[in-house]
Amino acid sequence: MLTSALVSLPTATVGEAAIPATGVFTVAWLLVALPLLGAAVLLLGGRRTDRWGHWLGVLASGSAFLVGAVLMVATLSAPAAERVQDLHLFDWITAGSFELAAGLRIDPLSLSFVMLVTFVGTLIHVYSVSYMEHDASRRRFFAYLNLFVAAMLLLVLADSYVLLFVGWEGVGLASYLLIGFWNHSMPNAVAAKKAFVANRVGDLGLLVAIMILFGAFGATDFETVFSLAGGANEGLLTAAGLMLLLAACGKSAQFPLQAWLGDAMAGPTPVSALIHAATMVTAGVYLVVRSAPVYAGAPNALLVVAIIGAITLLFGAIVGCAKDDIKKTLAASTMSQIGYMMLAAGLGPIGYAFAIFHLVTHGFFKAGMFLGAGSVMHGMHDEVDMRRFGELRKYMKITWITFAAGWLAILGLPPFSGFWSKDKIIETAFATADGQGWQPWVFGTVALVGAGITAFYMSRLYFMTFHGTRRWTGTEGAPAAGQHAQNPHESPALMIWPMIILAVGSIALGGLLAIGDGFVHWLEPVVGHTEHHDPVLPIPVIMGATILLVLAGGFLAWRQYAASPVAVVPPRGSVLTRAARRDLYQDEVNEGLLMRPGQYLTRSLVYGDRQVVDGAATGLARLVASSGEVLRKLQNGYVRSYASTMVAGIVVLVAVVLAFRI
Amino acid sequence: MTAAFVAPEIAWAQLTPVLLVLGAGVIGVLVEAFAPQRVRRPVQLALSLAATAAAIVAVAALWSGVRETGGTVVLDGSIILDGPALVLQGMLALLGLVAFLVIADRTESGEDAFAPSASAVPGSDYEEVARRKGLEQTEVYPLVLFALGGMMIFPAAGDLLTLFVALEVLSLPLYLLSGMARRRRLLSQEASMKYFLLGAFASAFFLFGAALLYGFAGSVRLADIAVATTTVVGMDGLLLAGLVLVLVGLLFKVGAVPFHSWTPDVYQGAPTPITGFMAACTKLAAFGAMLRIVYVVLPPLEWDLMPLLLGVTVITMVVGTVVAIVQTDIKRMLAYSSIAHAGFILVGVVALTQSGISSVLFYLLAYGLATIGAFAIVSLVREVNAGPGGAVVAEATHLSQWSGLGQRHPVLAGAFTLFLLSFAGIPLTAGFAGKFAVFAAAIDGGLAWLVVVGVVASAAAVFFYVRLIVLMFFTDPIGTAGESTTVVRSEGLTTVAIGLGVLGTIALGVFPSPLLDVLADAAVFIP
Amino acid sequence: MSNPYVPILVLMGVAAVLALGGVGASAIIGPKRYNRAKLEGYECGIDPTPHAVGGGRFPIKYYLVAMTFIIFDIEVVFMYPWAVAFGELALFGVVAMMTFLVLITVPFVYEWRRGGFEWD
Repeated sequence: MLTSALVSLPTATVGEAAIPATGVFTVAWLLVALPLLGAAVLLLGGRRTDRWGHWLGVLASGSAFLVGAVLMVATLSAPAAERVQDLHLFDWITAGSFELAAGLRIDPLSLSFVMLVTFVGTLIHVYSVSYMEHDASRRRFFAYLNLFVAAMLLLVLADSYVLLFVGWEGVGLASYLLIGFWNHSMPNAVAAKKAFVANRVGDLGLLVAIMILFGAFGATDFETVFSLAGGANEGLLTAAGLMLLLAACGKSAQFPLQAWLGDAMAGPTPVSALIHAATMVTAGVYLVVRSAPVYAGAPNALLVVAIIGAITLLFGAIVGCAKDDIKKTLAASTMSQIGYMMLAAGLGPIGYAFAIFHLVTHGFFKAGMFLGAGSVMHGMHDEVDMRRFGELRKYMKITWITFAAGWLAILGLPPFSGFWSKDKIIETAFATADGQGWQPWVFGTVALVGAGITAFYMSRLYFMTFHGTRRWTGTEGAPAAGQHAQNPHESPALMIWPMIILAVGSIALGGLLAIGDGFVHWLEPVVGHTEHHDPVLPIPVIMGATILLVLAGGFLAWRQYAASPVAVVPPRGSVLTRAARRDLYQDEVNEGLLMRPGQYLTRSLVYGDRQVVDGAATGLARLVASSGEVLRKLQNGYVRSYASTMVAGIVVLVAVVLAFRI
Repeated sequence: MTAAFVAPEIAWAQLTPVLLVLGAGVIGVLVEAFAPQRVRRPVQLALSLAATAAAIVAVAALWSGVRETGGTVVLDGSIILDGPALVLQGMLALLGLVAFLVIADRTESGEDAFAPSASAVPGSDYEEVARRKGLEQTEVYPLVLFALGGMMIFPAAGDLLTLFVALEVLSLPLYLLSGMARRRRLLSQEASMKYFLLGAFASAFFLFGAALLYGFAGSVRLADIAVATTTVVGMDGLLLAGLVLVLVGLLFKVGAVPFHSWTPDVYQGAPTPITGFMAACTKLAAFGAMLRIVYVVLPPLEWDLMPLLLGVTVITMVVGTVVAIVQTDIKRMLAYSSIAHAGFILVGVVALTQSGISSVLFYLLAYGLATIGAFAIVSLVREVNAGPGGAVVAEATHLSQWSGLGQRHPVLAGAFTLFLLSFAGIPLTAGFAGKFAVFAAAIDGGLAWLVVVGVVASAAAVFFYVRLIVLMFFTDPIGTAGESTTVVRSEGLTTVAIGLGVLGTIALGVFPSPLLDVLADAAVFIP
Repeated sequence: MSNPYVPILVLMGVAAVLALGGVGASAIIGPKRYNRAKLEGYECGIDPTPHAVGGGRFPIKYYLVAMTFIIFDIEVVFMYPWAVAFGELALFGVVAMMTFLVLITVPFVYEWRRGGFEWD
């Protein structure tokens, strides 16, 4: 598909060197500043801003989109060699011979994210105006949303790992605040906590990675790190790559740190759409792609990225098959789709562009489906159990059609968006860089099978919700005890229009961006240009098999959930179903593998501090001098043991010094 | 004894910051003697704030002179006022000023943090009478001023005797102040006793070390000892043992492992405002003195003493972090956190580069601001007695009592979160800039492995800071909301102190460069 | 030339002999005629309380007086060498000693004003 008319660069040197930003690009800081200002006004303004606060939030996000669009046009009109620009903001920390500057990097990769975040973000802002209308603290909600947008833009625009880390923490913070937004209920608070902890593990990885790079290259800005990475030794780059991967796993809910994403659905639905589907969770993919030069020297780390992606892809898909909660099914699907992106990124230079491509199309159709789910919940009195939906297509026509667009897109049927990006990933998985060995077969098969399972569970969701028989209690029948009467109705216009726009994107965006491989060429200044590698199977065979599997999965779902009745109470199910319902026992595994030993370790350390150290010190003191005895008579036990510790310490120190002297 | 006595030239101007603070302490004692009881507190507070503010002004006035000349030797070498000394004196005066705000606050309950009559037997009738009469132990102010004066001399001391006198001048008031908590009197008195005994113990080691060094060099001046390290041969044992013991005295003051055992008990027992003052300012002073000794005397002995300092640095970071993880009392947790921070600061000390000095100075200020602020907040979170309309009593120091605080007092919890994030070294806070500077200095000094240990330790330390944040914001209060824990309103002074801490932490986090540049200029010791 | 520290060592030896010898000699050759008053602990003129050993308390004022005594004691210790070198130190010495005396007086004034010397 890719013609090699362009001179191919060697895969080791990735992307163009950055040039200082000039002209219109110097206003890039507004991208971060505008939403941040919005958040500040809303948070500091207090109740006074309640009446118009949400519109200010929309305005802040929308104006950031406009700035982004201007930069986008400017970049498109620049020659490819000048599309990577660094904007120096100010000298942040100067310590000795080290300097850390705060600056922004404007290039096709970051701009792709800027457009995705601000465009989808603005739509979701608009949607939320209506969705959160009856919430007393809607203003606070918009403040957090703006804060999130600002942090996310800082994350993707940062020109150094440290500044990226600031954004990374910022989106984490916004995410916790929004997951726990309704924190008066216990499960939400617990979910927020879980996300918090899983992300901390990931952050640890990022911190260590930054320190490794800093230690090796004496800098953390992309320009220096990437230019020096070519000559660094492989072990170091592998360590850095694995640590970056750990960070990506935490943020993007990849195996083994994926457990938090399902619980994060406790947040308001627009939050799930924006943060936990379209943007924040994909930050891990961004990190890996951004760090391409690091991975270029660490093929083993890259292989691990691909393996993690493949595992998560299947993991998410299996979990998705068993969930009855509409949002948790979508969350599992997000996990699985990000697995695809990770897999693509893990394939190296040939996959980077497709990872980002799928990320963008996924951002549209998944956000659209989440908003659709939100619309369904809005009409169904916040019911999320799909077993209590059914036949909703008759009551919520627009929601049904827009959702169907997203469904077809994620299935990957031509000509919908998902087809163009996902099919590329599957093809590429069958064609790893060297085209040899077990890797293309394993990754390709996983990606292929994943597509089939995806088709099954997404169709299951779609049919259970919109087709089949109605399983909810309407106004006609008396509601069962403890249940509200459900009266499904279409959502207001402010919620409908964002859904329609996203649906259009779900249908057409993929095809548009795929014309002449436009998107892939657009990213070339960042990820580099690579030769196309032939897959181990002919492309038509792969494509045909994919479509066949997808249709089979969809048909199976239709037969089981649309053509035949669905039980309102979930059946007991097979072992696998039960395991999948409990996220394949991820929580139990976490507890057993990480939490318990951790607790045991810290407990035994304290025990050691109380018993062993004091005991040893006291004993040593007795041997050393009678001073210990004298002190013992003078003081109570605690001071004695403290003093003995000191004496022991001094003796050891003096002994060490004198020993080193000899 | 034939040499005729020549009266030394005394550069009074260079001594003004110290003289202002100590002079105010002396006047404070006279105020206690002559002023009627009712006016003592306002007079003492005004005097203390004026003295510390004047000291800051004096430091600023001396600043350009020191920048031009590099520093002045005062009192025949007893005091050396060079860049680092002046910077530390300024920081100490500043942090002292902030600490006074917290110390003076009586909150809405009308009672300050100190015992109404410290000499009364805990639980006795006399104590109850004193409490009901509203007595206040305003001696606190001159005591803190004396301690502050000693701290300001400490990093400027040019010989071991001055160093020792300064050590005692700063320590003795602190021993006393530790025992003056209004609540939990027995815990406080126990803390005071322990601090005194162990402090005296450490002082004895320090003095012994000083004696050995005098035996080695025939002089107590650091400059002479530094010269003697390269000229005198055959008495290395005296030199090394002496230096180790002197360093032990200082390591005790900063709470480095294995001389840290007093820290948690004393931090827990002492009145919280004093804990904040002590944690911030003592560390500042002691690290200042340690920097001088390490940078002036140590370099020829790097190969002998480095293993020792590196070992202490590593175990201090590790022990502080690990033990902090399992603490359930907030003051003890902050105490262990301060031990861990002592380890991080030591990373900069052992770097033995010029950027090591400036980075340590920066770290100390960042840490000091956050510490005083954090303890100020601790002093406002109180327990409530059971039953309707229960009286507000002691501080709620058990971690579980802090759960859900963020939901009820978001601003206060937010400020505390900021301090914790600064401790944890999260970017855009002063703590991050400090850690970055210190670690960068260590890499400069060729200690990359130490930085790796430091990063791992600080990453692990993030855990217990974040756990507290999670507890405050994401955990429901134990029992019925607000029943067992409440926040008392400050008189305004503590609020100002917390506000200053927040401002400083953010400002130094976002724009650390100006201060780092200034410190880099000032970071040269003159012998 | 022998080690310059030898005289100090000799001095320490002489001090030890004198201190121990005095106690030892009186124990050996002194007359041993005890009565009740001689067997009681000497407490600076205060009557020993019956249970002084296990937790008996002394009035805090006693310590105040004792500490005041120590302060003046040390003050005098400083004044002896100053007096000896008075001529040589000249005006500088006078100013320094006066400063010292004033500073010593400050806590004394404090103690006096706050009733530290009133026994009841």
